[in-house]
Amino acid sequence: MDITFTLIAQALTFAILIWFTAKFIWPPLMSAIESRQKTIADGLAAAERGKHDLDLAAKRSAELLREAKEKAADILASGDKRATEIIEAAKLQAKVEADRIIAGATAEIEQEAFRAKEQLRSQVSAIALAGAAKILGREVDSKAHNDLLDKLVAEM
Amino acid sequence: MSTEHALTPSSYITHHLTFSTSGQGFWSLHMDTLIVSGLLGLLTFGFLYWVVRGVTAGVPTKRQAAIELLVEFIDDQVKGIFHGDRSKFIAPLALTVFVWVLMMNAMDFLPIDVMAWVYEHVFGQDHWRAVPTSDINTTFALALSVWFLMIFFSIKVKGLGGWIHELFCAPFGSNPLIWPANFLFNLIEYVSKPLSHALRLFGNMYAGEIIFLLLGMWAATGLVGTVFGALLGAGWAIFHILIVVLQAFIFMMLTVVYLAMAHESH
Repeated sequence: MDITFTLIAQALTFAILIWFTAKFIWPPLMSAIESRQKTIADGLAAAERGKHDLDLAAKRSAELLREAKEKAADILASGDKRATEIIEAAKLQAKVEADRIIAGATAEIEQEAFRAKEQLRSQVSAIALAGAAKILGREVDSKAHNDLLDKLVAEM
Repeated sequence: MSTEHALTPSSYITHHLTFSTSGQGFWSLHMDTLIVSGLLGLLTFGFLYWVVRGVTAGVPTKRQAAIELLVEFIDDQVKGIFHGDRSKFIAPLALTVFVWVLMMNAMDFLPIDVMAWVYEHVFGQDHWRAVPTSDINTTFALALSVWFLMIFFSIKVKGLGGWIHELFCAPFGSNPLIWPANFLFNLIEYVSKPLSHALRLFGNMYAGEIIFLLLGMWAATGLVGTVFGALLGAGWAIFHILIVVLQAFIFMMLTVVYLAMAHESH
């Protein structure tokens, strides 16, 4: 147990080591550790935020999906309605057209029948005239009896 | 061990416990203590500096992670005791104390007689004590440095007046009648702090060395002694791992506690 100048020398070494550690070892190491801690904390916060955003997006997409479904159903319903309308309108138009065609055809038939009748009538008068001439044995002056014949034709 | 002396137990122990001294009286230097502690300081703090120079805030290497583990462990300890800006001085001081004392204590793991042969035949040193912390000069150098820092911080934080006021008015009160009692109390505290600080470390390391020496002596007594000496030596060495780390830790904690106390006003 002899205290010597060694003590002072050791204290000096100690002082140098403290100075060295405090200046060159501690600060850079601590700043690296702290900046890494900050990076990790930021990363965790970002992950948390991302998760929150994901939740929001999921909610939003569900909402959109629901809206789209509603809209599709609406469109489908209005399409059906429109189709029935078109069909009804087409039916109506077809009926009108059919009626028109029928009316046209009827008119034509009547006209045709009338024309046939007229023709027939004129032929009948000719036949009657010919028949009468045969019966009377001579030429019938059609001019002289025209009004009579006309009266006959009209009666027929 | 030197072969030219007669090998008796007392010569064996004396041989191992003699410093390699240069100079006379108070001005003599224990060269073994100074060189070993200086080399350890150079190696250890050089290694730390080497790691710190390549330090990155991104993904750390395993080497950097190990050093960070140590530094964060010490930072945590200091944070629990000292409330203030620790990163400027107190925490680096704690790191220095812990690492340096740990390394100096760890020299105790080197087998004494093998190393004595190496010192004698490789380095030509007849006497060489490899454990700087079993030299009372080292432990007192550390403890007294801490002691002066303690007084320095006391005065720095409280002012000279505040420090003197505290010497006389704490812990019992500021009545002039109990000033002597307060002063005596503080005096005892100021004396006992460095004494216990230095002697605890010194005593543990010195005792550890002595036990290794005694086991070494026993090993020299014959076959039974060799077997038991070797077994117990191994056991003591394993237990010594705990002591070496524990004493370094205790020394660091006391350093931090004393300096934290110096920052607190009563």
